[in-house]
Amino acid sequence: MAYELEFEKPLVELRKKISELKEFTKHRDVDFSDEINKLEARLEKLEHDIYANLSPWDRVQIARHPNRPTTLDYIERLFTNFFECHGDRCFGDDEAIVGGIAKYHGLPVTVIGHQRGKDTKENIRRNFGMPHPEGYRKALRLMKQAEKFGRPIICFIDTKGAYPGKAAEERGQSEAIARNLFEMAGLTVPVVCIVIGEGGSGGALALGVGNYVHMLENSTYSVISPEGAAAILWKDASLAKKAAETMKITAKDLKELGVIDEIVPEVRGGAHRNVDEQAKYIDDVLQRSLRQLLPLSAEQLIAQRYEKYKQIGDFIESQQHVSVM
Amino acid sequence: MLKDLFSKKKKYATIPSEQAKQDVPEGIMTKCPKCKKIMYTKELVKNLRVCISCGYHHPMSAPERIACLLDEGTFCEYDRHLLSKNPLDFPQYMEKIEEDREKTKLNEAVVTGEGTINGFPVVVAVMDSRFRMGSMGSVVGEKIARAIERAMEKSVPFIIFTASGGARMQEGVLSLMQMAKTSAALKLFSEQGGLIISVMTHPTTGGVSASFASLGDYNFAEPGALIGFAGRRVIEQTVREELPDDFQTAEFLLKHGQLDAVIPRHELKDTLTNILDIHQARGEDEWRTS
Ligand SMILES: [Zn+2]
Repeated sequence: MAYELEFEKPLVELRKKISELKEFTKHRDVDFSDEINKLEARLEKLEHDIYANLSPWDRVQIARHPNRPTTLDYIERLFTNFFECHGDRCFGDDEAIVGGIAKYHGLPVTVIGHQRGKDTKENIRRNFGMPHPEGYRKALRLMKQAEKFGRPIICFIDTKGAYPGKAAEERGQSEAIARNLFEMAGLTVPVVCIVIGEGGSGGALALGVGNYVHMLENSTYSVISPEGAAAILWKDASLAKKAAETMKITAKDLKELGVIDEIVPEVRGGAHRNVDEQAKYIDDVLQRSLRQLLPLSAEQLIAQRYEKYKQIGDFIESQQHVSVM
Repeated sequence: MLKDLFSKKKKYATIPSEQAKQDVPEGIMTKCPKCKKIMYTKELVKNLRVCISCGYHHPMSAPERIACLLDEGTFCEYDRHLLSKNPLDFPQYMEKIEEDREKTKLNEAVVTGEGTINGFPVVVAVMDSRFRMGSMGSVVGEKIARAIERAMEKSVPFIIFTASGGARMQEGVLSLMQMAKTSAALKLFSEQGGLIISVMTHPTTGGVSASFASLGDYNFAEPGALIGFAGRRVIEQTVREELPDDFQTAEFLLKHGQLDAVIPRHELKDTLTNILDIHQARGEDEWRTS
């Protein structure tokens, strides 16, 4: 099995031992079946224990797993008739974001998502899933098109963040992200967002102002990467693990903070272990979300979206007025 | 008989129209301007005028385009009666128009009408570069605006195939204003929720590229098509630098965010069918009841 994660090492060792034992008995006249059964039971328990007690840092590793399914993997499994649309009609076509039209169980929809590469070559083409302004502007163009034709919008969020580059600043990275937040708030059609991998700061949020925002169990969503947070907070990027624990970036944390609506369960060990199965879990939550949103009017959808974000924040309404004079 | 060449199932013999006959080129052989290979014109036409050797998309006449795109026997043409005048008394203008009418059997540089694409009803406007380089004068503008109005009345999608050198100089500012007229018609249609698809073919330049050609909900182009506003030479003289080889090609425009896709001619009908299908699909009933 390719690319095991750090915390999976005990499992790898145990699996190896079991297969060695099986191999050994195959060619000899000895019976180790008792022993093998015991080890397999132990493996089962160990798998359960490890995957049930993943630390935030473990989840960061799963969210960054090179084989973790991407937007296009899910589009292929959840939709039919997908037709990809390119370009922002202004400057370029940013391949770090894909989008287009499709049918979802017969319903016309617009689907948009960040797109990482699967290998180095594709990652260079797609800038490792880190968009430039033209990516956000393409996404917005497609959202406005969806609005014109009354199609629900589905966004898959999966980015380390907006690309910190010179060209991106020259072309108005901030304005492009801000514009999406502004315009998404006013969309007259249902918007469902699902964080499928890393939800990195403004680059993620630019596709993330929805009526519902869901997160895959092992995905993360944060204001900055754990490495970035460690560098700023403690001037030491190697403290990323500690930052991951502190920053509340897991699906469970975000659910408790009221930032997301539902945690989408993952295949044991992570979505990459069975993409077809994972797509079914997403299909389930997506269908439920759309069924709830489709009967709502444009005004209701906008009001619901506003209420959702208005609720987010933590503060005290104190009795005294704190004087600054 | 073009209709027969382009439809796979030939069930009934169709009467060849004068137009279609006219479109079969006189020469038995055609030389590809790109790869310089010489091939049977008949074979080239059979292959939708896509070079068999290099894939170069040779220009198609409007009747050919309609024959290969719309379902057989469904096309009903609009406004064949509109004819150009000579508002600036431009010398030789009427004679040239007359020549092109004779040559193409068209009344002007665009053919408009309705029909179906794999069963989906559409209104189409197809420009023909054989007629005054496909340039846009009053008649072209009016025919396109009227076709858009018909699409609006019928609530069916509007598909435009562009092939034009731009505004028609001989009609002066009136031809410039056709850009505004056609764009205004598209705006009203769009506000009503109408679906607009633009397919830019070689060449789409000047005032046509700066009006209806660029205003689709989906903007497509054929491979290699020249698309741009200002001419290459004018730009080179202005900026005094050499432009890249692919400058103002369909592929260049795709890279620069102007197109949704570059679609080879052989895939065009399927792609359009898929888009029309998605736009008319209504899963809502099934979706709302449970
Ligand atoms: Zn050729």
